[in-house]
Amino acid sequence: MPRILVLWAPDWPIVAGSEGVRAGAPVAVLAGGQVLACSQAARVEGVRRGMRRRDAQSRCPELVLREHRPDADARAFEEVLVAIEQVAPGVAPLRPGLCALHVPSRFYGGEVEAGAVLAEHLVRLGVWDVRLGVADDLFTAQQAARQASAQDSLVVPPGGSPAFLRELPVDVLDTGQGGDPELVSLLRRMGLRTLGAFAALSAADVHTRFGTHGALLHRLAGGAGTQPVSRRRVPPELTAALALEPPLDRVDQIAFSLRTTAERLVADLAVRGAVCTTVRIEIDADGQTVALRRWMHPRWFAAPDLLDRVRWQLQAAVIGAPVDAVRFVPEVIEPVGDHAEDLWGGGIDERVERGIARVQGIVGHEAVVQARVQGGRSGRDRHLLVPWGDQPVAARAAEQPWPGVIPPPAPATVFEQPQEAWVVGAEGLPVGVTGRGLVTGEPSRFRPVPDAGWLPVASWAGPWPVDERWWDVASARRIARFQVVGVDGSAWLMIVEDGRWHTEARYD
Amino acid sequence: MRQLEGGPGARPVATHPALSGLLQLQTGGTYATDAASLLGLLLAGPSAGGAWCGVVGTARLGLEALASAGVRLDRCVLVPDPKESWLEVTAALTDVLGVVAVAPPANGVGERDASRLAARLRDRGAVLLTLGAWPRAEARLRLAETEWIGLGRGHGHLQARRVTVQVHRGTAPARSRRLWFPDLDQQIRPAAERRAEVSRHLRSVG
Repeated sequence: MPRILVLWAPDWPIVAGSEGVRAGAPVAVLAGGQVLACSQAARVEGVRRGMRRRDAQSRCPELVLREHRPDADARAFEEVLVAIEQVAPGVAPLRPGLCALHVPSRFYGGEVEAGAVLAEHLVRLGVWDVRLGVADDLFTAQQAARQASAQDSLVVPPGGSPAFLRELPVDVLDTGQGGDPELVSLLRRMGLRTLGAFAALSAADVHTRFGTHGALLHRLAGGAGTQPVSRRRVPPELTAALALEPPLDRVDQIAFSLRTTAERLVADLAVRGAVCTTVRIEIDADGQTVALRRWMHPRWFAAPDLLDRVRWQLQAAVIGAPVDAVRFVPEVIEPVGDHAEDLWGGGIDERVERGIARVQGIVGHEAVVQARVQGGRSGRDRHLLVPWGDQPVAARAAEQPWPGVIPPPAPATVFEQPQEAWVVGAEGLPVGVTGRGLVTGEPSRFRPVPDAGWLPVASWAGPWPVDERWWDVASARRIARFQVVGVDGSAWLMIVEDGRWHTEARYD
Repeated sequence: MRQLEGGPGARPVATHPALSGLLQLQTGGTYATDAASLLGLLLAGPSAGGAWCGVVGTARLGLEALASAGVRLDRCVLVPDPKESWLEVTAALTDVLGVVAVAPPANGVGERDASRLAARLRDRGAVLLTLGAWPRAEARLRLAETEWIGLGRGHGHLQARRVTVQVHRGTAPARSRRLWFPDLDQQIRPAAERRAEVSRHLRSVG
């Protein structure tokens, strides 16, 4: 039976979440307002797992706090998995920070040696604190890894699992996969404080009293776990690259040379029953990556789409030197079944999409946009424009209340930039708004846009003061809005900011 | 004669109910207007019927107003700043989209370009809406007698408006209709003629 090696990187959320933090600074990762993990420096100051944010900060005022992002943890651990796969294939990720594999002891000449090679490889990747445990079964190997010192491995000899586990406290059954805090608490109250004492009970009694799950933990405690290591398959290498020799500098030449590469990438994916919806295109010149960009597609990338993206990227970037390599790195791959057309046709009409791609070819990728309405107080803030084919960025919710928003009808014309305007009272003096939000005089004539003439005011309302984002100096605004209707029936939405009038929108 | 102008393949296109009897959009036609809200009203008919819409050459359209007129923004493509290739972009979009709205640049559009585009529209069965003057448009729409409701002198806010929509075809006299555009519930619907409205008021007083 193959021996199992468990690799443990303690405090993985800290390792994954502390980029940009000075080395050695106290860091804590919070989940739901409680400390989920903390660095050694923070632990020295008295920060503990499960502590509330305020308690942790009172122990250690200079504590750097990060929100827990499970996705980021998993993504960061993916790099570690890839690095391990370079040394030994068939890694089973257990959770971010913990993985298991069969010890490649024969190849490296022993279990300790194999562990040393792995540890060295990961340290080179920048993961300093890795601990390895080797044993007959997964549970014992995990416990061994927890007892090992940093960058070292602890080997439990074959058949030595029961002896190794005997002296461990039952609390180790508390955490990790299949952990059962209630059972642990009960065992302690029954006076069974070590795994050895628990394992000494008869299996039939344990099964009767604690059920199937208890019986499983009982077997684990006896060192008789048989949980197999479900090894993941090494993900296929899909990056398609083309080295251009000699280097080329004309866009059409480069795109033409890439045709077969792009077709091969799409065909490779099709063989696996997959399509690529997000691709990263890297362009090298003079041996350096000079242009790098992620592209998304509303459906999926076919070969001509990939070539279009290369063309746009080359046109947009200023590349001084001839291009000597182009790489397509598929970032998001989805099963083709998810994108199949339903029975009545679906998604975006393919003809429409081809036509829009042609327009993008004329004016560029960014110039063709799709629009949505998002939350905000004035016309322009409420527009969300996303380049055609890109995923919409986080929109502000339009349904939530926006105090100070102008009630409908919405203006039909919203100027890109507020237009300069003038409003005067009966004596010809400019109308202003006081600090207390009162108007200094009744508007009688106005000029809504610079190329319009003066117009008598038929009716008006305001000021509606808005004090937006006062907590942020850079984007804070203190304005007052007015609606003004001229005698010709034209209606305008105007603002006063710092005593100057501007027209934001027109109701035409 | 009109059928000849429209070409043999001119088919009716869904038009907003508020305009029924006043104007019927037809494939291959060009409709000019000078008000952004009228452009939204013209777009709303085909868009609500499921057609894809394109908007070329203007970044000023109020998206919220479009949406409340009934335009489906998820089936809209915008090219706010096509620079000098606006005609090319418009032509490319008419190939694939049912309705294209365009705001021609300040120096206008040439007769020749307009007639070439018109031939393409008839060929593809698309509708062109323009915000601004357009040579030999099928119909020209404008707003007149705008009357806002809800705004006083220093109080209230804009709530509804009544307008007269005038449709000019060639040199024929304009046809017009009084519309709530929008009414107090933000719906667009025909309004009673001014005279009828006044007499009703009088009755209610008496």
